[in-house]
Amino acid sequence: MNWFKQKRSAQSAKERLQLVLIHDRTDLTPAEFDALKDELLEVISRHVDIDPSGVTIDVEHDGRSQRLIADIPLRSVTRRRAG
Amino acid sequence: MTAQVITISSGKGGVGKTTAVANIAVALAMDGAKVVCIDGDIGLRNLDVVMGLENRIVYDLVDVIEGRCKLRQAMIRDKHLTELYLIPAAQTRDKSAVSPSDMTRLCNELRPDVDFVFIDSPAGIERGFRNAIAPADRVLVITNPEISAVRDADRVIGILEAEEKRNPALILNRLNPSLVKQHDMLSAEDVLDLLGIQLIGIVPEDENVIVGSNRGVPVAQDSKSRAGQAFRNIARRIRGEEVPFIDLEKQAGLWDRIQKMTGRKG
Repeated sequence: MNWFKQKRSAQSAKERLQLVLIHDRTDLTPAEFDALKDELLEVISRHVDIDPSGVTIDVEHDGRSQRLIADIPLRSVTRRRAG
Repeated sequence: MTAQVITISSGKGGVGKTTAVANIAVALAMDGAKVVCIDGDIGLRNLDVVMGLENRIVYDLVDVIEGRCKLRQAMIRDKHLTELYLIPAAQTRDKSAVSPSDMTRLCNELRPDVDFVFIDSPAGIERGFRNAIAPADRVLVITNPEISAVRDADRVIGILEAEEKRNPALILNRLNPSLVKQHDMLSAEDVLDLLGIQLIGIVPEDENVIVGSNRGVPVAQDSKSRAGQAFRNIARRIRGEEVPFIDLEKQAGLWDRIQKMTGRKG
């Protein structure tokens, strides 16, 4: 075991807590959160062409408020309809 | 006088709720405030032993609520501080004997006569916890820099938000500055960042706390104890004083250096 390359335990505790608290606060399990992401992308791709490789969807927190941040790159296509 | 009603809660058991109630109440009473502590942990009472008053109990909280005695008769006066009182929990009943509105009525009866009412909440987020927060003007959430305690504190804070108990403040208890310094314990900054509420005190781990509870004399009365100092500082902040936070990590650094110099370490 290389002791010096191992992350110190306080850092692990903080990272694990960050994830756990997001799920506790939103009452979403990691599996449910993944399902939400998949469905969200499915709905969006029904309307526009997206680039799945560049997608990031995460919950971010600022103090005690949380927000779902989705960054979904769109593929350029010629506009199909006007108005 | 119109008392401020302050509840101390944690979610997880064993993080120091009872010790904090006893010590902050003692510190306020030492400063001349009139303080009543209520043990809200029905069936598992402990505030009486931590305050050293277990031999003086005649009536308890449930006796008051069920009308078997007057409020005054259930208020046990402290051995040293004449303006400090305890209303003990019933030991042979369960938490269904008390309702949130009973607690609110009881606190309203106390309000005109005292400066502070402290309620020691039971662990958990069930009925006993609901009883304890119902009358609170202010809730102090206590936690340890430890993963399960922080998680449970977050649950409690979430419930307080839903109940519109505004602005809970955090007591971080049993911080070990040396462990924080070697990055093997969550720091105060980490915990505040995770929980997102204001801080009212950091209490370092201190053997004197156990000695104090062994004797039934809360450590706030020990002028040399570092935890006692931290509890006295919390009491002053509750009274609205600006008290700077002690930099525990710097103290840990100094302690490490002293140990190295004396050849005990390194």
